[in-house]
Amino acid sequence: MATEKQDKEEEVKTDDGSPKIKPRPIVQLGIFLISHSPVFSVVFSAAGVMALLLLPLLAKNTYISENALMPGSARSMLSHRDVSDGSKLVNDVKNFRLNHEGQGVEVQRLIGNYMLDMGAEVSYQKFQPEGNHFHPLHFFSGPASFTNLGNVSCASYGVNVAGIIRAPRGDGKESIVLVTPYDFINGGDYEALSLGIASSLFSLLARVTWLSKDIIWLVADSRYGDYRPVAAWLTEYHTPSFEVSDLSKCDELNPSDSFRRAGTVAAALVVKVDGRSERFEDTLSIYAEASNGQMPNLDLINVVNYLAVHRQGFYVKVEKVVSLLSSSWLKTVGEIFEAVGKVARTLNPDWKFGIPAADYLEGSATLASSLYSQALGIPTGPHGAFRDYQVDAITLKVSPRFPPDNKGRQHEFFLRGAQLLEGTIRSVNNLLEKFHQSFFLYLLTSPGKFISVGVYMIAFALLVAPLPMVAASLYIDGCTTQNPAENLKSWKWLDAAKQVFALHLLGFIVTLLPYFICQVPGEQSPTNRSFIWAATSSSLLLITFVTVPGCSPFSSRLHGANWAVLKSVTISAAFIGLCLMSIINFATAEIGALLLVPMCLMVRPIKPDLRSRRVKSLLRALCSMVLVTNGFPVMFFAISKGLIGEGLVGLGLGGEFWTWLESLWAWKSATYLYIGMVHLPCWLLCLYILFHPS
Amino acid sequence: MSKLVLTRWIPFLILQSFLLAIAFGSNEVEEEFSESLLLKPLPDRKVLAHFHFENRAPPSNSHGRHHHLFPKAISQLVQKFRVKEMELSFTQGRWNHEHWGGSDTLSSMNAKPVGVELWAVFDVPRSEVDTSWKNLTHALSGLFCASINFLESSTSYAAPTWGFGRSSDKLRYGSLPREAVCTENLTPWLKLLPCRDKDGISALMNRPSVYRGFYHSQRLHLSMVHSGMLLEQSLTVVLQPDTVYDGKDLQPSWSLSSLFGRKVVGKCVLAKSSNVYLQMEGLAHPEAHTLLKNEEFELSTQPDRTLRESSSVLFIFNIDKSSDSQPFDLGLTWKLTSKWSCKQAPLHASRFLMGSGNERGAIAILLKATESQEKLSGRDLTNGGRCTIKANVFQIFPWYVKVYYHTLQIFVDQQQNTSSEVLKKINVSPSADKMSSGMMEMMLELPCEVKSVAISIEYDKGFLHIDEYPPDANQGFDIPSALISFPDHHASLDFKEELSKLPLLSKFKEKSLVRSYTEVLLVPLTTPDFSMPYNVITITCTVFALYFGSLLNALRRRIGEEERFLKSKGKKTGGLKQLLSRFTAKIRGRPVESPPSEPTAAAQSSVLSSKLLFKIILVAGVAAAWQYFSTDK
Repeated sequence: MATEKQDKEEEVKTDDGSPKIKPRPIVQLGIFLISHSPVFSVVFSAAGVMALLLLPLLAKNTYISENALMPGSARSMLSHRDVSDGSKLVNDVKNFRLNHEGQGVEVQRLIGNYMLDMGAEVSYQKFQPEGNHFHPLHFFSGPASFTNLGNVSCASYGVNVAGIIRAPRGDGKESIVLVTPYDFINGGDYEALSLGIASSLFSLLARVTWLSKDIIWLVADSRYGDYRPVAAWLTEYHTPSFEVSDLSKCDELNPSDSFRRAGTVAAALVVKVDGRSERFEDTLSIYAEASNGQMPNLDLINVVNYLAVHRQGFYVKVEKVVSLLSSSWLKTVGEIFEAVGKVARTLNPDWKFGIPAADYLEGSATLASSLYSQALGIPTGPHGAFRDYQVDAITLKVSPRFPPDNKGRQHEFFLRGAQLLEGTIRSVNNLLEKFHQSFFLYLLTSPGKFISVGVYMIAFALLVAPLPMVAASLYIDGCTTQNPAENLKSWKWLDAAKQVFALHLLGFIVTLLPYFICQVPGEQSPTNRSFIWAATSSSLLLITFVTVPGCSPFSSRLHGANWAVLKSVTISAAFIGLCLMSIINFATAEIGALLLVPMCLMVRPIKPDLRSRRVKSLLRALCSMVLVTNGFPVMFFAISKGLIGEGLVGLGLGGEFWTWLESLWAWKSATYLYIGMVHLPCWLLCLYILFHPS
Repeated sequence: MSKLVLTRWIPFLILQSFLLAIAFGSNEVEEEFSESLLLKPLPDRKVLAHFHFENRAPPSNSHGRHHHLFPKAISQLVQKFRVKEMELSFTQGRWNHEHWGGSDTLSSMNAKPVGVELWAVFDVPRSEVDTSWKNLTHALSGLFCASINFLESSTSYAAPTWGFGRSSDKLRYGSLPREAVCTENLTPWLKLLPCRDKDGISALMNRPSVYRGFYHSQRLHLSMVHSGMLLEQSLTVVLQPDTVYDGKDLQPSWSLSSLFGRKVVGKCVLAKSSNVYLQMEGLAHPEAHTLLKNEEFELSTQPDRTLRESSSVLFIFNIDKSSDSQPFDLGLTWKLTSKWSCKQAPLHASRFLMGSGNERGAIAILLKATESQEKLSGRDLTNGGRCTIKANVFQIFPWYVKVYYHTLQIFVDQQQNTSSEVLKKINVSPSADKMSSGMMEMMLELPCEVKSVAISIEYDKGFLHIDEYPPDANQGFDIPSALISFPDHHASLDFKEELSKLPLLSKFKEKSLVRSYTEVLLVPLTTPDFSMPYNVITITCTVFALYFGSLLNALRRRIGEEERFLKSKGKKTGGLKQLLSRFTAKIRGRPVESPPSEPTAAAQSSVLSSKLLFKIILVAGVAAAWQYFSTDK
């Protein structure tokens, strides 16, 4: 913003045209930057990319910021009796499922009775699997807005079981939620182990006296996915409907099992057991990303990580992009950084910024995954449902190192898992206030290392910094070179602004189109739908060009270097769009800037370049063409797919892209809005400039 | 001098003692103190202990300002603030209405909301009630080492009219849900007893065992009756006897010494009566239990008397005989598994918050039919042919919860009800921001066969002023408990015997209103991050500097004037500048540019900026050199 102001001042300065006046230093700086904008834009963009590459080096070790948490300071009270309770439950559930086939709620009842025996209050909740319907007006509305269910069929519904332990001396104002998703129909043996861990813990918590917050154990019926049951339970918890619901009519449960609640939810942990660990130790994966790149407080991750590593000896990991681990260029970069670090250390032993290349590789793979899942804006697990209610939550995925039928190992596994959860719950239980002490805006490079907002925003700031500079210099060029008689006060930019506005409007309409395409009767395949979408969008584009005056590339009114003004306005719009997006979802803005900024900076009409046939010009033309091709959202999608290791499909790409976008809007990801309303118009404008007849 | 004063005062002293003697002799009514302890096994393997101390004083004018047993502090309160009736309770933990009972006298009197609750009726003109209340809160705050003085502010108390169960326009009610209750509150409370905790039943109050309980409520009730002042002090604790799990699912056996770690060694000599009661509910054969031993349980001490009530048996023990050598240690040993359930209030009340986000929400009160209500519906409570349950809801809303009363919705059996059908009476006093709290009193008349009632009301969350936040980062703000009372239902123990000699039992025989408090709620409000004021200061300063700087520039600067000034100044350039320009010119390999002949601003700026660049490089070089040399040493 400040740079823009400088530009204005600079304009005023050059405007009154008195050469003798020495402008003030800040204005001088502005003029200097603008007059050398090509150099600076290259330097800044390169520095931005460089800063992004440097991020794994700048990661700090996590630390427990809130003293009240005191993780691991109390001795675990978990006894073998508690653990054998857990093992018994797992066995009973397994046996029951072997002997009884069908969709009944008997397994839920079995678990409910276990909870009752431990002294908890139990309630059962029915919910409907819900098709996510895209509605453009509901995009930013709260979680409660989609409660209106259509027709209710008794054939398919899930049943959650929730048990509540009341804190013996507590006031019941707050609660901690423990979620174990379990598919009561096709749940595997591994999944059942999570029940064992949770019930061992529950059995302990039912008899301890130190609780100050109530504990809720939710066994979520994950036959319709992990997320939906948790979201349904939270909706019922926070925004129940007092009207009679259709679901209660299809009754298999006793109506007296009313829904039970306990205070404001302070934190939530989702525990899942899946697959066998590839490593020698049991593996614990932490998933934290919720919708739109929102993260839980870092302290929650810290506590889990600390206890898992230092107390229970788990191998803790966070998700990473595996394909990056084998990429040679990143390895080279890592080696260069390592060498630079070594050199720096010889100069001054206090400069310790070099890390081994292998660590760098790991860190950047994790960082890339962290950026990608934040940018996507889709929650990485059922914990995402809690974020809608401002509850800090994470998903812990535990992979044991033994096959699920190994009874001897199972006991020890339950003991350690439950001890980890006990320690975490005890820490959260200690907390007298909401999680507030540590970071909410961060990227993880490993379970124990993070990059805070103050560091990672440098890369973004450097990337977008050239945009206003280039915009200003282009504007000056566009206005002065063409006709010296027309000065800067002309309204010439208005035409360009009209074009930019028209295309952004088009982008907005294209964003809304899928809603109407979904209304088209008949079952359409995703490929067909994406085809319809592309067709309608391009016809709309043509209509815009024909109808809106001043927008058409075929219009005779456009001539000369007018593309410069258009580019300047385009760049300004991109700058504003990126800055706005960085507030909503930083990671999206960062990745968007990586694609948009070089494209916007490089693009210029190729006709004169091709005509001139000089190597430099040809290279420039090629460069802008490549960048514009990469900037196309579908291409971006394909590249990102390739990056995370999934095969590229030639023909089915459109369909895949459609399903991808569908998932984005179903999760109300702001990335969808960004692609439709910032990225697509900017790309169209760049394309337009590329083929500008000048 | 002092001797002289003393001699002068002696006749007065003599006179006074004489007068006192006359007063004693003439008045039949004396101050009375009685102590009692009620023990009751609860269905969920816990034991309830209810200490009750009663202190009566004749009307105050008969003794002047002096009392033998009655605590002077309390009588001074009465005199000073003209308190007609007052109740103060300190509570920790939640009363479990499902397992510990909801409709007997014990629970409707002693199940109190978490924290401190205080209500008082004054005997002063209406205009002075608020002043008396404020003074009373301060006095009690000092007396009980608690922050009762926070109830002084008009945002924390209310004046219920009829919803509280006592109709008086001189009643004030307030509660502090956040108050932590500890021994420092118990000690001043014990000081009001004539024997403190040195002797008698109160000697059982071993602090660790009392505070280890699941529920702990210490209550002080003061009332002016026709025979003078009546001060009732009671402490209700729910304890978990230590047991070894024997797999037989028996109720745990306990004794006084195992519960409290102490035994009763003699009564408080000042007490007129001191008794221990054991109330047993849900016995299989109530007739056979007069015996010391039977097939269901066994008592360690022979009861002095046994009373029967419709659903329970009461054993009375007199502790007069106990002494150091023969301490009284009542024990109960179960022999058979027995299961019973306590009497429930007609409707079970729970309350919760709805909605998400920091903007708005809703409060919902859910009333669910209990088992006892199902029985009740058979009973004839006809009111014009219809069997109905009346329920009063009394709720205080702090001002930061801005309630929209028009959004009140009542759902009876999951169907929305037009309000007039069940809502018989409603009294609302809206809150004023930072001035007074809001209050809502509702009278519902529900059909007896009702299964569930839901009441919801929406609110906006208020913004607090910066100094209204608590000093540390907080978890949220509290909404005090709502009180649900059932005016048609009264709890009493139905004894046939005359019990005026036993104060606790005569208290139980009286009819008392069935009431229950709901949970305290926690509203998370938008909280600025106070732990980082530095960030706030920096950002604000930057924004202010940018804003005011540019604004002042725009307002103050006159470009024309500046130009002229610069022109006149440009003629005489400094020697250093000329030197520098020559230096740069040499570097750039160009002839020295004379400032007036330079035509474009851009060129000049590039010259100047190169100069600037040079300066920066110079400074950076010096800094690097200095860094290098300083670290080497």
